[in-house]
Amino acid sequence: MSSDVMAIQTAEVAGRPWVETLHEWVTTVDHKRLGILYILYALVFLVIGGLEATIIRIQLMRPHNDFVSPQVFNRMFTMHGTTMIFFVAMPIMFGFANYLVPLMIGARDMAFPRLNAFSFWLTALGGFLLYFSFVGGSGLYGAGNAPDVGWWAYAPLTSRAFSPGHSADYWTIALLVSGFGSIGTSINIIATILCMRCPGMKLSRMPLLAWLNLVMSAMVLIAITPLSAAQLMLLVDRYLGGHFFDTQAGGSAAIWMHFFWIFGHPEVYILIIPCFAFVSEIIPVFSRKPIFGYPVMVGATVCIAFVSLSVWAHHMYTIGMNSYANSFFTITTMAVGVPTGIKIFNWLGTMWGGKIQFKTPMMFCIGFLFQFLIAGLTGIMMSAAPLDWQLGGSYFVVAHFHYVIVGGILFALFAAFYYWFPKMTGRMLNESLGKLHFWLFLIGFHLTFDVMHIPGILGMPRRIYTYEPGRGWDTWNLIITAGAFIQGIATLLFVANLVFSYFKGPRAGNDPWDAWTLEWSVSSPPRSYNFASIPTVASRRPLWDRKHPEDPDSRYE
Amino acid sequence: MTAITTPIAQPPGAWNLPYRGKVGMACLIIAESAIFTIFVVAYLFYVGKSLTGPTPRDVLETPLFYTICLLSSSLTIHFASRFLERDKRGAFLGLWFLTIVLGGLFLFGTAQEWHRLIYEHGLTISTNLFGTTYYSLVGLHGFHVTAGLVMLSIVLLFGLAGRVGPEHSARVEVLSLYWHFVDVVWVVVFTVVYVVAR
Repeated sequence: MSSDVMAIQTAEVAGRPWVETLHEWVTTVDHKRLGILYILYALVFLVIGGLEATIIRIQLMRPHNDFVSPQVFNRMFTMHGTTMIFFVAMPIMFGFANYLVPLMIGARDMAFPRLNAFSFWLTALGGFLLYFSFVGGSGLYGAGNAPDVGWWAYAPLTSRAFSPGHSADYWTIALLVSGFGSIGTSINIIATILCMRCPGMKLSRMPLLAWLNLVMSAMVLIAITPLSAAQLMLLVDRYLGGHFFDTQAGGSAAIWMHFFWIFGHPEVYILIIPCFAFVSEIIPVFSRKPIFGYPVMVGATVCIAFVSLSVWAHHMYTIGMNSYANSFFTITTMAVGVPTGIKIFNWLGTMWGGKIQFKTPMMFCIGFLFQFLIAGLTGIMMSAAPLDWQLGGSYFVVAHFHYVIVGGILFALFAAFYYWFPKMTGRMLNESLGKLHFWLFLIGFHLTFDVMHIPGILGMPRRIYTYEPGRGWDTWNLIITAGAFIQGIATLLFVANLVFSYFKGPRAGNDPWDAWTLEWSVSSPPRSYNFASIPTVASRRPLWDRKHPEDPDSRYE
Repeated sequence: MTAITTPIAQPPGAWNLPYRGKVGMACLIIAESAIFTIFVVAYLFYVGKSLTGPTPRDVLETPLFYTICLLSSSLTIHFASRFLERDKRGAFLGLWFLTIVLGGLFLFGTAQEWHRLIYEHGLTISTNLFGTTYYSLVGLHGFHVTAGLVMLSIVLLFGLAGRVGPEHSARVEVLSLYWHFVDVVWVVVFTVVYVVAR
């Protein structure tokens, strides 16, 4: 793609009335535009969820603080958790999958473009409903607005007696609607990968990103649906007077916990597997080596998916299960560590002996590797039921899962942004701002979440609104809050970098990283039809074959 | 615009991938199965835990006739789509219509049963745990039958207008896949509600 053609394109876009452009984006069924819509939507909620986290941290900065009332505090941690999982992490993963999967497998669009648009708008409606609760949640009762039941919404907190008004309903319906959106997109991703690959792209030659998104989508089908079913039951309870979770009529509160965590634990893997996918694409390119152990990587991912479906009750040791259940879930939980460890070794094996280039995406990937490992180690600690009885419900748990979500998922996501931003916009992100972002965020992250383990061990329970001075938690909480602010500043730097580079960044060209997968063979940003003629591939690294006809990969596979 | 032109081992003509409609429907069926599984688990978990009556033993009657109706509609839709493949449109439309009638009969049976339960036995969704789980599970299945009937009727209308030909048989096949799924779910629900948990 020559630059003058692109200039003409830009001029065309700039010359049209904005209503027309807006109309085009709203009615689009193009997988690239929907991918970007998903990502932008998630970024908006990332900022909102981040603000809620900041409010939580300011409140806990010192003992007996009264920055917000206990009621508002409950709403903040509920909304923070719900927003970050369902309206930041999920849509951003789907956004990248939407954008990258068709390009990587040599297809012109997803299998069902209109279903794709429908799923996005369902997700968007879900997020809107959740936040509309601030306005509509009190209903006629004048009782509370936003949901304040925690993101697990354990029964009987969600019953009419304890959640009058509509706040719990907004929570339920928002998750139900966005859940249907997730199922739609997953069906689409699976059908795209199985039915739309370009000639020669056998399953054994597919980029790992496509493979891992296939596994992730399959997990969504089996793991999100139990949550949808449980939400339907909750609606029956709340609106039709049912007794599913009503202990006074013989119902069980524990069965809600089971249904929720049957969704809740696989969900963690639904979020981390696409991150494995990013890392598996980025580390080889910046190590200048093909991925080490491709078939084992695929096998380990499928293995993680299977095992993760049978570990859910490790979230429930503290409710008192029998010793068989405790042993079973301890063993399965520890077993997940094996395939995950295999993956970490394979990434290290890819870097070993490579010519590593420390560009921003690679730095975030290396951060991911270390932090994800530590997050896994604290996970192994708590998988043992006796230790979990001690630590469950404390800030140690909060520190552990934020280590996974921020140290693992968010770092991999930042890497993906720095790596694919040039493809999506045609401009490079600023490298020095990126490095500054990396170091600031790294420092802030470790300040917050390394330290957070300590008040947990000292017995500080999660979700408390404030605490007494002199329990040895004060200084730690102050440090945690300071770290949170550093992370906030780093995130603002990142957003500034996105905006600045979108307008002023240097032109990226087709292939700024000298990479090997098909998305780098087309212009940046790609045309709406992606490929002028459908490519054929003969190996796992089609662009390597094209750049090195004298020594193609296809000779060795 | 550039295309990748490295030689490949086999001719591109040999490149065959599955039909996306079938894959999509298969995925939907997997997802729906998970939803039904949770409802079935809830039903079984709460068997005998109701604090008040009525109990399944007192009030449930096995709907054999309507079950036979629904199950035989799987056969009629199967042969209907076979006829469409061979371009025998009359036979296709006849059997398709019969499928809708059989599905409709099943829904009528459910309606009759619910009417009896509500007005004769006073069992509603809020009466006890049995009512809650029974109406949710059977109702969820009934909802899927209804959705299926709507889609079948749309195809029937297009068929009557002469717009459905053998070129659409792959799509019609996708719809019949859904209908088979609805039938299989009924086999499970029937076994759980009317056989095992009496």
